[in-house]
Amino acid sequence: MRVTLKIWRQAGPSAAGSFSTYSVDDVKDEMSFLEVLDVLNERLTEAGEEPVAFDSDCREGICGTCGLMINGQAHGPQRGTATCQLHMRTFKDGDEITVEPWKVASFPIMRDLIVNRAPLDAIVEAGGFISADTGGAPDANLIPIPKPVADAAMDAAACIGCGACVAACPNGAGQLFTSAKLAHLNLLPQGQAQRWDRTERMVETMELFFGSCTNHGECQEACPKEISIDFIALMNRDYVRSKVKNRKLIGQSFP
Amino acid sequence: MTATQEAPGLTKNIDVRPINKPKKPLPFPLSLYQTAVGKKWVMALTGIGIMGFVFAHMIGNLKMYLGAEEYNTYAESLRELLHPIMPKHVVLWVMRFGMIGMFAFHIHSAYTLTLMNRRSKPQRYSRQDYVAANYASRTMRVSGILLAAFLLMHLANLTWGKVLTGKGFVEGEVYANVIHSLEQPLVAALYIVGQLALASHLFHGAWSIFQSLGINNPRYNGLRKGFAYGFTALVCGLNLTFPVAVLAGIVKL
Amino acid sequence: MVLELDSKSPKGDIKDRWDNHRFDMKLVNPNNKRKFDVLVVGTGLAGAAAAASLAQLGYKVKAFTFHDSPRRAHSIAAQGGINAAKNYKNDGDSIYRLFYDTVKGGDFRARESNVYRLAQVSVNIIDQCVAQGVPFAREYGGLLDNRSFGGAQVSRTFYARGQTGQQLLIGAYHALMEQVSKGTVELYTKTELLDVVVKDGVCCGIVTRDLSTGEVRSFNGHAVLLCTGGYSNAFYLSTNAMNCNVTAAWRAHRKGAAFANPCYTQIHPTCIPASDEFQSKLTLMSESLRNDGRIWVPKGFDDNRPADQIPEGERDYYLERKYPAFGNLVPRDVASRNAKTVVDEGRGVGPLKNGVFLDFSDAINRLGEDVVKERYGNLFDMYERITGENPYKVPMRIYPATHYTMGGLWVDYNLMTTIPGLYALGEANFSDHGANRLGASALMQGLADGYFVAPYTIGDYLSKLLGQPPVPVTDPAFAEAEAGLRDEISMWMNVGGTKSVDHYHRELGKIVWDRIGMARDKNGLEKAIAEIPVLREEFRKNVRVLGTPEGINQSLEKVMRVDDFFELAELMARDALHREESCGGHFRVEHQDEEGEAQRDDENFSYVAAWEWKGRGVPQELNKEPLDFEYVHPAKRSYK
Repeated sequence: MRVTLKIWRQAGPSAAGSFSTYSVDDVKDEMSFLEVLDVLNERLTEAGEEPVAFDSDCREGICGTCGLMINGQAHGPQRGTATCQLHMRTFKDGDEITVEPWKVASFPIMRDLIVNRAPLDAIVEAGGFISADTGGAPDANLIPIPKPVADAAMDAAACIGCGACVAACPNGAGQLFTSAKLAHLNLLPQGQAQRWDRTERMVETMELFFGSCTNHGECQEACPKEISIDFIALMNRDYVRSKVKNRKLIGQSFP
Repeated sequence: MTATQEAPGLTKNIDVRPINKPKKPLPFPLSLYQTAVGKKWVMALTGIGIMGFVFAHMIGNLKMYLGAEEYNTYAESLRELLHPIMPKHVVLWVMRFGMIGMFAFHIHSAYTLTLMNRRSKPQRYSRQDYVAANYASRTMRVSGILLAAFLLMHLANLTWGKVLTGKGFVEGEVYANVIHSLEQPLVAALYIVGQLALASHLFHGAWSIFQSLGINNPRYNGLRKGFAYGFTALVCGLNLTFPVAVLAGIVKL
Repeated sequence: MVLELDSKSPKGDIKDRWDNHRFDMKLVNPNNKRKFDVLVVGTGLAGAAAAASLAQLGYKVKAFTFHDSPRRAHSIAAQGGINAAKNYKNDGDSIYRLFYDTVKGGDFRARESNVYRLAQVSVNIIDQCVAQGVPFAREYGGLLDNRSFGGAQVSRTFYARGQTGQQLLIGAYHALMEQVSKGTVELYTKTELLDVVVKDGVCCGIVTRDLSTGEVRSFNGHAVLLCTGGYSNAFYLSTNAMNCNVTAAWRAHRKGAAFANPCYTQIHPTCIPASDEFQSKLTLMSESLRNDGRIWVPKGFDDNRPADQIPEGERDYYLERKYPAFGNLVPRDVASRNAKTVVDEGRGVGPLKNGVFLDFSDAINRLGEDVVKERYGNLFDMYERITGENPYKVPMRIYPATHYTMGGLWVDYNLMTTIPGLYALGEANFSDHGANRLGASALMQGLADGYFVAPYTIGDYLSKLLGQPPVPVTDPAFAEAEAGLRDEISMWMNVGGTKSVDHYHRELGKIVWDRIGMARDKNGLEKAIAEIPVLREEFRKNVRVLGTPEGINQSLEKVMRVDDFFELAELMARDALHREESCGGHFRVEHQDEEGEAQRDDENFSYVAAWEWKGRGVPQELNKEPLDFEYVHPAKRSYK
């Protein structure tokens, strides 16, 4: 089949961007969307035009490097799928496909379809960890963790940090990412000691970079790991509790 | 140390400038209102207060169907709430100030959060297909502004008796005032539009409260949407009957 | 010069070697640790774990990754799990058994001391990861769950759904980010190592290119750790991520670090076959599928009928036929080679005739669709997403693909390469897996090196440098390396050819796959050694890199990586040619028994082949580190 790609081109972070239109022939159903971009790039190179810069790495939906706005949806029209796992059978012959980078103030566009997602790391840096220096860990089976708790923590920990939640949010909010990172650690017994400090610091760092949540639920739909906005509710509750908690007494109130 | 003060390492390793300025923390509980999550709590709590008012207001207005005497007595009793424990009108004024405060906080938090969202999203996509966001959730600002306008019109119309009063406004003759206003098709239409805006706002807001306050439990999550739909249908549905009933001559002088 | 390959393996009872060695090593006083700069290149499992642990100890660490975030390294894609000799299942596991299984699974080509240490620290890894909040699978009682994995008769594999690598990497990433927040690690993202700086025979720093701005910059340090992964992408199509490359290791090799056993590459039997020429990578599916799926191809050649129209009598369940005892559960290398044989015969299936069927219809009839869905649902979904075929209805198509490389930079027991001050950790080194890696051992090795080995052994080296400041970046050694890199960049920018980098990478991959793939022979390897330099010459004359060296230029990034793959591929062929035996991931068709099984030659080849760089265009020189097996005595692997 043949598709027309309307792609955002931008030479650098401070350059102005605009759309360019390319058509690609011989697209097969089995090709992934990024392979179509590979083909396009190869043809552009041979024609002497600079290839389209886009990020991707593992191409199996786990590293979170890729991420494109495809036809107005983050990671394209298929639910629970990262851009790299989107295949061309989702499209029809003759389709025009609009491809844009994430457009959020705190994800500056570096070139074409590549954005800088460093603020996501900043949120983790603010407290998204359990302090456990190498070597001091007790036996792994010392603390039993109920299976539903471990499963819920795993649901949250499945986040791949692609930024689609922020990109899809009409407000450019970082709530789903931050709440998933928080829930992963706050749900586990090991994470209780730093729970309130962590929550406070991560939420406040998030708010330096991103907008606020108005409960649209777009993030949950865009998430390639289908992470639930229930975690946002947990974060909202934990944040306010972190503000009122007497931290000297938290040893008495472990769940 | 909280992250609103400069988080260590943040500046060195992150080459993206924050869009929101770090704030100097105020004493608790004002510190909560400095953050977006805290503001959403305030918005949700004031939302609950306003929902309570809207619900009580609707219940009171149902007295309309019991005739002029019942209705006017009800209206008068509002001025005498908790009388004789308290002097007349005091409780009513306390409630009025409470309502004004709640509206003020509700609107201010919405306004400042909107500014924050605009900063985060300076550039729109050339095309965005929404999946989960519905009409109601995307138009909260529009329905909110409509509601504020409706509220002013409603106050000017039936509390102060200044505009659109039809055959005349008489202080204390609440039943007659309502009928004189609503028998004008234009006024009735305005009230209907106001109720539709309220329905749209409540439809998203009443569910959103649970999420913002972190009330979330798989055991009852299903009820949250149900509550929002039910509450909206009950309040707005019954409110809509008033202009219709007056126009249809069911409620008359 | 012949390299002195001193493994520095401690002597004595294998159980005490690591403990004794730790005691014998010199320590650095806590107040002195901050005087040492350590550069950690790569932030996968090994890199993130090492950077975090070293910073916790008090060293000044700089961590580098070419990704936009340290959380993206390809460790993240590991699905199955991580081994540890915890014996939580009471099924007879022990450190010694894990050691034994690993040496045997590696076909007796690994260093015993290293493997024993790996098994020893495996238990600490699980403790450490749980303390960090890695959400391993739990049983209903709240204790950790285990599963069994290929090549072992005990259940010792810990897992987090099908995303164990992701969760372990996120644990290490969290530890790293904590140190970044404390200012003890300086993190450089989008920064690619393009040269290693050596002065007076000692490693003193690195030269990098900032992938966002194109800036060439030097960093100095007392020690450099390369945690830069494996080189499966030499095959072009592999299960590795698009950006995985050998450049860091290769450039260290060019500066004098010996490269060991490059021909040991592991082929994973259950991957989704390529669908067209433009396929960019292959996707691996967990080996566990072979527990219930039956592998077959049509008996006849060029059979184009759909699977359901081929009657039972015309199907060849070739693994069950040839290996009645193990059937579809033969080890990875055996399953892979047999798939290649039937496809080469012209009995492959699928539109490109490049796969074999993995059929679940018997399992569905026997167990019911629900049970199959419960066991493999996520894999079936993934398969359907990629191929558009419903594996509940039609058999899956699978084919082997390269996914791990056991070879890498030669390191001693301390993980130091042949350049003093330069270390290699994780998949980048050659040390622990011998000629073949067992499932769920890669994660174990990366974390063992990063958390528990390098942080100790580096202290011993650094303690001798006390009082010596690092070589300043103004030193001519850095200037020379930077100038060399700038020249190289401008050379590539000015080739002005006609073909894309990917074109040549694909062409190289075809040679590597055909000649240095699953089954190798003298003739093919000699052809490869002849063909690769020819293609490389064409590549260097006719590749086209557009744009500028400033700012993001992905073609420029790739061209240098592919250039290094060319040199590596030639060395792989040379190594494979010289190793006149079959062992683990290296199968020479000349060396098999009557039944087609691999024949090792322990008398002549029980050594590590460490190749020494001799300059551009000159073949590397072979050095041998003999392997002694005091505990696990070489025996033939048989799966009949």
